[in-house]
Amino acid sequence: MGISHLSILGAHPAVEVVGVCDTSKMVNDFLTKYGKFNCFTDYQKMVDEVAMDAVIVAVPTKFHYGIIKHLLERGISVFAEKPFCLNTAQGEELVTLAANQNVINQVGYHNKFIGTFIEVKKIIKSGALGDIFHFVGESYGPVVIKAKQDTWRSDPSEGGGCLLDYASHVIDLINDLLAPVNGVDGVILQSIYSKNVEDAVYSLLRLSNNVKGILSVNWSDETYRKMSTTVTVVGTKGKIISDANELKVFLKDGGIDGYNKGWNVRYITDLTKQVDFYLRGEEYSAQMDYFIKAVERQVPNTINTFQSALYTDRAIEIIKKSSV
Amino acid sequence: MERILFGDNQFFAVNHISDEKSRAQSIKFREDSAIIKTLDEARSVGINTFMCTTHDRIAKICEIIRKSPEKYKDYKIYPCMPYAHKYANAVTELGIAGTVKQYVPGNLVGTMFKGGMAYLSKDFLSIMELLIDAEMKMFKGVNTPVIFLQNVITDLLLGLRAEEILVGFHSYIKKKYNAEAGFITMNLPKLLGVLKKNGIENPIICASINKAGFRMSGGKEIYENVLKTSKCRVIAMQVLGGGAIHPKEAIEYVCNLPNIESILFGASSKANIENTVETIHHFDALK
Repeated sequence: MGISHLSILGAHPAVEVVGVCDTSKMVNDFLTKYGKFNCFTDYQKMVDEVAMDAVIVAVPTKFHYGIIKHLLERGISVFAEKPFCLNTAQGEELVTLAANQNVINQVGYHNKFIGTFIEVKKIIKSGALGDIFHFVGESYGPVVIKAKQDTWRSDPSEGGGCLLDYASHVIDLINDLLAPVNGVDGVILQSIYSKNVEDAVYSLLRLSNNVKGILSVNWSDETYRKMSTTVTVVGTKGKIISDANELKVFLKDGGIDGYNKGWNVRYITDLTKQVDFYLRGEEYSAQMDYFIKAVERQVPNTINTFQSALYTDRAIEIIKKSSV
Repeated sequence: MERILFGDNQFFAVNHISDEKSRAQSIKFREDSAIIKTLDEARSVGINTFMCTTHDRIAKICEIIRKSPEKYKDYKIYPCMPYAHKYANAVTELGIAGTVKQYVPGNLVGTMFKGGMAYLSKDFLSIMELLIDAEMKMFKGVNTPVIFLQNVITDLLLGLRAEEILVGFHSYIKKKYNAEAGFITMNLPKLLGVLKKNGIENPIICASINKAGFRMSGGKEIYENVLKTSKCRVIAMQVLGGGAIHPKEAIEYVCNLPNIESILFGASSKANIENTVETIHHFDALK
C-alpha cells in the first residue's frame, strides 16, 4: 500500500516528499533511480536527518504504535493506515499524545471519502429514515481464496486476519454512520482457508445508541472481483441500501431535498467529487488531500481521527473477547 | 485506429455503478462462446478492434481467433497490460521481489539468463521487458497494432515520477512488437505533459472523457483545453460516465470534441451495441 500513497503524494502540488523509508532494497533502488526520492531503510535515521511536517505510516499494524509514538513525540503530524493499533491501551496513549502535541492525526478508513457513504450519512442525519432500529454491515472480497503460504496477513499478532484487516472497514463505517459499537450478542470467527486467522466474521452488534444490527464479512468470497462493502440501514420511515457505487433509498414520506417518496437511486458518478490526481479510486486521493489541507490548517482535523479509529479498535477488541 | 473500439469490461464483471449488474454479467459470460458471440455481433456492425486486458480468459479467446484465420483476417486486438489484479494478488502473497520472480518467465535458458542478469543489476527496464513478453505470449499470431499500459500502472508510475519506465515501455513496444504503444490513464493532462517532455510526440492515450466529468482528474475544462491545444491521438472511454448520462447526450458530447480519434465502449447485448454504433455514426455525420 505504501507505494500508492507515495504516488499520490508525488503527484500532489502542495507536497514535497523529503524522505521515503522502506525495508526492501529493491523498492528503494527503484525509487532512488527513477523517482529521485531520498530513501532510507531506518525510519529513526530518516526522522533525525530530514525536516518534515508530516509522515504517512503504511506498515504492518504491529509496528504502528512504536513508529507513531516516535513521530508524535517530535511534533510530526501522522496519517496512519488502518487498523490503528493492535490494542486499545496503545491507541488511547497515542490519542492523548496527539492531542497534547497538537498535531494532525488521521487513519486511512477511506470509505468515509466515498460519495455514496457521505450521502448516506447526510440522509441519516436529516432524520428522513425516522427512528433507526436495525442495520446490516457487509464486506466481501477475494483476498484469501486458497490455502497458501503465510504472510503477515495470516498472523494475528501482526494485525492479520479478516477482522482486523477487512471487517475493520465496515465496523468503522457503522461507527461513523450510526454510533460506536459497544457490545456484541454473538460472534462467529470462521477460518475457511487460513490456519491461524479467521477468514470470515459474523456478529450481532449493539451500538451505544442501543441500535442493534448484523455484521457479515468474508474475505474468502471469490464471487466478488474486489472488496465490496454494503450498508443497509432500516428506520421507521425508510431504508437505505448503499455500496460504494450505488445508493438506494426508500422513503415513506420523502422529507429530504432531492429525494422523492418511494424508491430513489443515486450513483457514485453523481456523488463523487473530482480529484486532481486519480489512482485506484477518488477516495484515496481525497483522504490524502484532506490530510494535507489539515496539516496546512485549511480544514478541521475531524474525519478519521485517531479517536474515531480507536472506537473501531475498541469494537474489534470486544468482538475478539466475546469469541473466546 | 478505427473510430469505434470494443471494450471488455462487461466480460469480466467490471461495472462502475452496480454490483448487481456485474454479477449478472459474470453469469452471462461464464462460457467463452458467449464472449465470442458478442464479439461477432460487434463485428457484424463494423467493429473490428477489440481492446482487452491480458486476463487469463483472453488467452482462450485468442486461441479461438487463431483457429479461424479467414473469419478473423481483419480483426485486431489492442492488449492492455498488465491485468492488474493478478499482480496485486501476487504482491499481497509473495511481496514485490517474489512477484517478479514468479512472473519473469523462467522456462527458457535465454530468458532465465536475462532475468537473472536483470535482477542482479537492478535493471528495472529489463525486468519490465520480460514482463511485457510474458503478457504478450497469449497474442502470438494475432494482429496487435497498438499495445497499452493499464491506467493503474501508468498513473502509479506517473505519481512516482518514474518517467523513464513509461518511455521504456513506449520504445520497447515499437522495437520488439513493431506496434505502437498506448497509455491508459485517469490523468490525461498530466501524462501528456510528461510524455511530451520526454520526446514522445503525438502519443496514443486512452482516458475517461464524458459529459459528466467523471474520472477526468483536475476537471472537464482542463481536459477540453488539452484536447483543443495538444497534439495527441485520444481514445475516449467511459463516455457514458458509468451509465449516469443519457446515451445520446453522452455520445453527442464526445463526438463534438476535437482530437478524439476513437471511442471505446463495451456492451453485452446486440441491441445496445447497434444503438451505440448508430448514435456515434449519427453525430459524426453531423460534423
